[in-house]
Amino acid sequence: MTDTPVTITLNGETVECRPGELLIAAAQRAGTYVPRFCYHERMKPVGMCRMCLVDVDMGRGPGLQPSCMVSVAEGMVVDTESDRVKQVQEGVLELLLANHPLDCPVCDKGGECPLQDQTMAYGPGESRFIEEKRHYEKPIAISDLVYLDRERCILCDRCTRFAKDVAGDPLIHFLDRGNETQVNTFPDHPFSSYFSGNTVQICPVGALTAEPYRFKARPWDLEENESTSTVDATGSRVALQSSRNQLVRVLGVDSDAVNWGWLSDKERFGYEATQSDHRLVEPLFRSETEFVPGRWNDAVSRIARDLDGKRVGVLGGARLPIEGQFAWSKLLDTLPNRAYRDAQLDDGLPAGVVLGLPRASIADACAKGGVVVIIGPDLKEELPTLFLRLRHAATEDGVSILELTPRATSLGTHAALSLHPLAGTVGQVAAAIAAGTSSQAVGGVEPAQIEAAAALLASGRPITIIGGRGNLAESGQYTADAIGSLMAAHPDATFLPALRRGNIHGALELGFTPGFAPGGVLDHDDVLDASAILEAAAAGELDTLVLLGSDPIVDHPDRALVERAFDRVGNVVAVDLFMTESCRRSDLVVPAAGFGEVDGSFLNLEGRLSPLQAKVTPPGQARPDWMIAVEIAMSAMTDLGFIDLDELRRSLSSSVQSFSAIDWSMLNSQDDGQRIDLDRPWTPEFADPLVAPPVDGYGLRLVVDRKLWDLGTMVQHAPSLAHLAGEASLGLSTSDFERLGVEEGGVVSIDVAGATHRLAVRRNRDLPRGAAQIPFRLTGFDPGVLLTADRLVTEIRVSAN
Amino acid sequence: MSRLTSANEIIANEIIARYPRPKSALIPLLHLAQEQDGYVAEDAMEHLAELVGVTPAEVLGTCSFYEMFKLHPVGTYVINVCGTMSCQLLGADELIHHAEERLGIRVGDTTSDGLFTLERAECQAACTEAPCLQVNYRHEYRVTPDDFDALVDTLAAGGGDVPPHGTLSRVRQHIPANRSVGAVPPEQVTGPPPWLPSAEEST
Amino acid sequence: MTLSGTAVPHAAGFIVNETPRIVTSRFDDPQGYAIERYLATGGYEGLKAALATSPDAVHAEVRDATVLGRGGAGFPAGVKWGFMPKDVWPRYLVVNGDESEPGTYKDRLLMERDPHQLIEGCLIACYAVGLSQCFLYIRGEMALAQERVAKALNDAYAAGFVGKNILGTDFSVDIVLHWGAGAYVVGEETALIESLEGNRGMPRLKPPFFPAAIGLYGQPTIVNNVETLANLPWILNNGAAAYKQIGTETSPGTRMVAVSGHVKRPGVYEILNGVTTFRQLLFDDQYCGGMRDGRTLKAFVPGGGSAPWFLPDQLDLPFEGSQIGPQGSMLGSGAVMVMDDTTDIPQAAHSLTRFYAHESCGKCVPCREGGTWLERILGRIVDGHGTKRDLALLLEVGRSICPGDFPHAASERLGLSAVPFPYQMTTICFVGPSAFAPVHSALTLFPEEFAARVSEDEPIPSGTSVPVVLKGVSVGD
Repeated sequence: MTDTPVTITLNGETVECRPGELLIAAAQRAGTYVPRFCYHERMKPVGMCRMCLVDVDMGRGPGLQPSCMVSVAEGMVVDTESDRVKQVQEGVLELLLANHPLDCPVCDKGGECPLQDQTMAYGPGESRFIEEKRHYEKPIAISDLVYLDRERCILCDRCTRFAKDVAGDPLIHFLDRGNETQVNTFPDHPFSSYFSGNTVQICPVGALTAEPYRFKARPWDLEENESTSTVDATGSRVALQSSRNQLVRVLGVDSDAVNWGWLSDKERFGYEATQSDHRLVEPLFRSETEFVPGRWNDAVSRIARDLDGKRVGVLGGARLPIEGQFAWSKLLDTLPNRAYRDAQLDDGLPAGVVLGLPRASIADACAKGGVVVIIGPDLKEELPTLFLRLRHAATEDGVSILELTPRATSLGTHAALSLHPLAGTVGQVAAAIAAGTSSQAVGGVEPAQIEAAAALLASGRPITIIGGRGNLAESGQYTADAIGSLMAAHPDATFLPALRRGNIHGALELGFTPGFAPGGVLDHDDVLDASAILEAAAAGELDTLVLLGSDPIVDHPDRALVERAFDRVGNVVAVDLFMTESCRRSDLVVPAAGFGEVDGSFLNLEGRLSPLQAKVTPPGQARPDWMIAVEIAMSAMTDLGFIDLDELRRSLSSSVQSFSAIDWSMLNSQDDGQRIDLDRPWTPEFADPLVAPPVDGYGLRLVVDRKLWDLGTMVQHAPSLAHLAGEASLGLSTSDFERLGVEEGGVVSIDVAGATHRLAVRRNRDLPRGAAQIPFRLTGFDPGVLLTADRLVTEIRVSAN
Repeated sequence: MSRLTSANEIIANEIIARYPRPKSALIPLLHLAQEQDGYVAEDAMEHLAELVGVTPAEVLGTCSFYEMFKLHPVGTYVINVCGTMSCQLLGADELIHHAEERLGIRVGDTTSDGLFTLERAECQAACTEAPCLQVNYRHEYRVTPDDFDALVDTLAAGGGDVPPHGTLSRVRQHIPANRSVGAVPPEQVTGPPPWLPSAEEST
Repeated sequence: MTLSGTAVPHAAGFIVNETPRIVTSRFDDPQGYAIERYLATGGYEGLKAALATSPDAVHAEVRDATVLGRGGAGFPAGVKWGFMPKDVWPRYLVVNGDESEPGTYKDRLLMERDPHQLIEGCLIACYAVGLSQCFLYIRGEMALAQERVAKALNDAYAAGFVGKNILGTDFSVDIVLHWGAGAYVVGEETALIESLEGNRGMPRLKPPFFPAAIGLYGQPTIVNNVETLANLPWILNNGAAAYKQIGTETSPGTRMVAVSGHVKRPGVYEILNGVTTFRQLLFDDQYCGGMRDGRTLKAFVPGGGSAPWFLPDQLDLPFEGSQIGPQGSMLGSGAVMVMDDTTDIPQAAHSLTRFYAHESCGKCVPCREGGTWLERILGRIVDGHGTKRDLALLLEVGRSICPGDFPHAASERLGLSAVPFPYQMTTICFVGPSAFAPVHSALTLFPEEFAARVSEDEPIPSGTSVPVVLKGVSVGD
C-alpha cells in the first residue's frame, strides 16, 4: 500500500483521503457526518444497520453502498445527501423504530441516544407500524454489572463484536434468527467480562445499562471533564461526569496513544469508592484503643514533629498525583535525616530496570509486525486496558508475542510462543534464549522451545520487552535478570514496564524508590527498599513510619515481617482515603482527597503525563496530598518554594530534569498527553543472573499472582464491585492434580517451612507441571502467610490429607 | 439431557479432524448431539463448546439460528408440512388443517404420547410433487388427507422405516486413514498443491 | 404417496423429454446412484481425461464451454475460477447443495440419483485450479441425498477416486460431506461459508468478501452449485465444442428446470439452455402438457420464488438470461411456478413473502424489520382486515428495501410496459428484496384483486410518534 493520498468527490467537493480509509471515516474527517449505528471506528465494520448507505459512483452510475464497508478509491464520486440517500435513511429509521418500544422518557439513554438524535435529524418523526411489537422480559441482568433490555436493542452487533473481537470474551451472542434475533448469554453463563462496561458505552440505544448508573442522572444534568484513570498504571483517558457534586459515571475517552476509548470495569466503576460513606473526613488521633477526631492544624504540626530529626521511613506514594509526590518528596528532602521511601511493597521490579531502560510506548509495542516479550503477570488481571491493546496487536496487526510467564496468561492463546519457567528460573531461561541454544531443559522449558524463542527474537523484527512481577512468591531479581539478558542480546529492544499501581511511575520518577533521587538521578546512598524499611522498623531502628496511601499489612507479601514492624515501630502516620488495616494500626490518620477531587497530573507506564481534573469536592476536611505536604512544611517553618499548583509545577519542571520540557499549559487539552524526557545519563547494570535453589523433587514452586477483582481497598469500597472478589484456592497443573488424586474443590494440606495450611484445590490448565498457584488477596486464604521477603522462591508441599 | 457419550465423542473428534478449523465441525456435531438425545441439550452444547474451543454462547448462537435444531424435546416423528407457494397452490393449507385435526394438536405442538410433532415448513424442494411433507426430513409426495391418515397409522404402529427424530443420514462418511489427505489450518499451507505446476512455470 | 424411508419412487419428479441429456442421463436407472452403475456408464472417465492433461488445460476447457452457474446468478464457472488471486494458498471448493429456493428442485435429484457425477465434477474442479480440499454442503432437510452422497463418497474413497494420490497420480483431495440445519439464506454463497465455519449463516458483505478472493477461513474459495459441477464430467468427456453445440452461444448446454403448480405434468425437465421457451415448457406435450383441468394461465414465476412474476404476455421468451432481464425478471435457479385462473393472487404472494420474512437471517435492518412488516400487512389483507392505506404502505415499506423502480413485467391488459431487472437494494443480500418481489408483482399485475380485498381507511391510531426528549451529548459514538 502506498501513502499517496486518494482523491474523491464528496458532495461536489474534492477531498483528499488516506489510502485504504473507509469512506465513512474519510467523510467525517472532511466534515461530513454520515449517520450510523453499527459502525464504530475502533471495531471491524459489519455493514448491518444500513443507515450509512450513500450513493457511490465509480464510473458506472451511482449505486447505494454502505460507507462503513467501502474504502475510498481514486475518482470515486460520493453523494451523501441525494434524495435516494435521504429516503433510505428515513426508511431505515422507520424500520428500526418499528419494534422499538419508544420508552425514551424512562430510558437512561434518553437525551444522549444516537437513535433518538438521528431520528430527529434524519427520521420520519412518526411510525406507521400499528402491529404488536416484539416483547421480551425487560431488563435482564446479563452480568453483575450490566442489564440488557432486548426490546430497545437494534441488533447493531456492537456489544457482541466488542465482546468477541476486542475483549475476547464472546459470552454474549446473537441468538435465534431473523425478526426473532436477540442478544443474550448462554443460560447460567453470565457476561462476566472485565470489560463489560464498554458495551454499555458503545450501545447506540438504551439496551445496555450499567448497574452503577441506572436511573442516577439525566444527561442534561451532567457536568463533565476529562481526566486520567488512576486505577492502574495504564493511565487510560476518561471523562468524569457528575451530578450535584457526585461522580455518577466514568466514560472512556478515545486516546489514540493509550486506551482507544476502552476501559476495564475497574477503571469504569472504581469511582464508586470515591463516593463511599467510609471515606476518611477528618484527622483521627489514636487515644489508647480508639481514634479520636482532631483538628487539622494539630494533625499537621504533629506530623511535622514526627518527621523532624527522626529516623523516618515512607511506604507508598503511588496513589498520589505527580504534584503530591513532588511536594512530599521536597518535604522529605528538607528533613535533616534521610527519609527512606519506597512506593513498591516488594511486589514490583528493581527501579533501575524501570527507570533506566529505553522506554517503549504502547504504540511501539503494538506496532505492526513487531515482537513482544512478556516477562511478568497476566496483563488482563493487572493492566487490562494494556491487555486489550496487545490483544489487538496480536490478532489484527501481526505482532508476535513471546510469553515468559509463570503460567499461561490471557494472551497465551494469541502468543506465538508461550513458555512457563518454574519460579526462580526465568533468568536462566532468558539467558539461554539470549545465548540462542541450550543443551538441556531449563526450569521445565525444553531446548527446542528455547531455540524457537531465540529464533523469534533473532528474526530482525522490532522487539519490545514488557516486564513486571508475575509472581509475588519469587524474588523480583529473577525478572530483572531475565530482562537484562534479553536486553544485552538485543540492544535495540525497548522496554515497557508492567507495574500495576496507579501512579507508580510518577512515584519512581520522583524518587519514591531506593537508589534514586527525583528525575531518575542515581543515589547510591539510598539503600533501603520497602522490606528493608520494615526490617529496620522491626529492629527498632525507625522512629516514624509514614504510609502515603499504602496498606502494607495486607499488601506487602511478607505478612510476618509487617506484623513485626508494626509491633515495634514507635509512631505510624497514615495519609489515606479509607481506614485501611494499616491505618487502624496507625497513630495518626489524615484524610486525603481522591480521584476526581483534585487537579493534578499522572504519569503512565510509557512516561506519558496526562491530567487529573477535579470534578467534585472532597468530603469533609480531606485535602490534596500536595497541600498536606505544604502545610506540614509550613508548620515546620520550612518553605518548599510553592504554595499553589502553578508554582509547584514550575518548581518541578525547573528542579527535575525529566519534567523540564513539559508544557503545563497544554496539560488539559491534549488527549494523548506529553511524554516526559526519559533519557538518562546512565544505563542500568545487570549482574550475573541469580541462580535459583535446586528444585525439590517433592515440592511445588509457588506462584502467587493477582486477580483484577480482589480484596483491594478500592474494589472493596465500590459497592458494585466488592462482591466480585473470588474465593482463594490452590491451583495445580493437570499432571500434578492427577498425581495427587484429589477431587476438584477438595481440601488439601499445604506445608511450608514447618507450618501446615489447608485449602481447596483446583485443576489449572494454565500452569506448568511443578508449579502451584494461589491468587493474592482473595477471600478465604491469604498466601502472605506462606511468604517471607528474604526467600528467593517459595517451595510448598501439597498432600491430599 | 446429557453430554456426548464416549462413543459419540470419538465420532465427534473424527469429524473435527476433517476440518482445517475445529469450529467448522459445529453443525455436524450439533446434529450428532440431536441424534443422541432427540434434541440439543444444554449440557451437550457445553460439551461441544469444549470440543471445538468456543464458548457455550457461541454454540447456542449457531444452534439457535438453524431451524432443525430443537432446544427442547420433540416427538419421535417430526412431521413438516410444506406451506410455500407450489404446495400452497395445491392444497397445503387444507392438508395442514387436516393434520391438526387428525393429530389433535396445533402446528408447533407435540402429541401427548410424544410420538408426533407437527410443524408448518417452508419449501422442501419437492415442488412438483405438491403438496408434500417430510417425516424426520424424509419426503412424502402428493399427500392427500387419506394418505396423511395412513401415514400416521403406519408410523404409530411402528412401521415406516423412519429413524427417530435426530437421525438424518444413516450412512456416515468414513475417510479411511490410508486414503485421507488430512486437514491442516490454512496458515500452515505455504504453497500450491503438488499436482499444480510451480508458480514460475504457470505464469 | 408411499412411505419413503429408503424406498423413494425412482426419480420422482423427473420427466424425460426429447432434449439431449447431459446431467440426467442416469435418472431412469433405478440403481443409477451406485458406483457399479456409474462405472458401467462411463463414470470417472471425465476425471481420467482431466488427469491426462494439465490443470490449466482443464480450466481452459471449462472456460471455453461457458458453463453458466446454475445456482441463480448465472455467472460462468470457468471465469469465476479465474478470479482467485495468484499464489495464495490453500484454496478451497465449497459445493452449494443447500437448494432451498421456493420452486427449485434439481440439485436434490442430482445428489440422490447420480452422486458420483457430482463427486467427479468436484474432482475436476479441484484438479483444474488447485483446490486442495472440497466441502460438499448438503441442505439439512435432505436425508436421502445425505445418505446417497455419503455412500457414494465412501465407495469413491475405497475405489481410489477421492483422497490421497487419486488414481495413482499426485492429485490428492479430500471431499468432506457437510450438511446444514435449516436456513434458506445459507444458499447465499457468503452465508454458506459462514455456516461452514460453524457460524450463524449470515451473509458477508461483497465487497470486500468475494469468496474467490476472501472465502472460507479468509482463503480463496470457489463456491459452485451442484448442477454446475455435475456438467463437468460430460464436458471433459465430450469437449467444450460439443457442449456449445447444445443450447445457444451465450447460454450453452442444457439446464434443469422444475415446473410446479397448476400444470398437467408438473416435473423436473432437462431443457435446452437459451432455446426452450416458457410456452413450450408449459404447453408442449413432451413437457408439462398445458394447464390442468382445462383452466387458463394467469401468471407464473419464471425463476424461483425470488423472481418477479410473468404473465401469459411473456410466454414466448426463451430460457436466456439476457432476454429475461429486460422483461423485468430473472431466470434464477431453474424453477417455474404456475398459477391458473383459480389462483388467489394475494394469498399466493403471501405464501412467498412469508417464506422470505421467515428466512431473513436478521443481520440487516431493512430485511429483518421490513420483511416481517410486509408479511404482516399482506397477511391482514389476505385475512380481509386490510385497508386502502395498507396497499400504499406495502409499496412504501418495499421501497425501504428496494428504493427506486422495482422490476416488473409488461402487461397488455393493464397497459404496463416492463421495468427491467435488476433493482437497487438497501439490504446485504437478496432475501429482503425477495420478500418484496411477490408483493410488488402481485400488486402491480393484479391490482383489482387487492382493491376488492381491502376496506376504507380507519383513523391512524395515536401514540405512534417518537417521544421528544431534551437532547444532550450523544454517547455511543
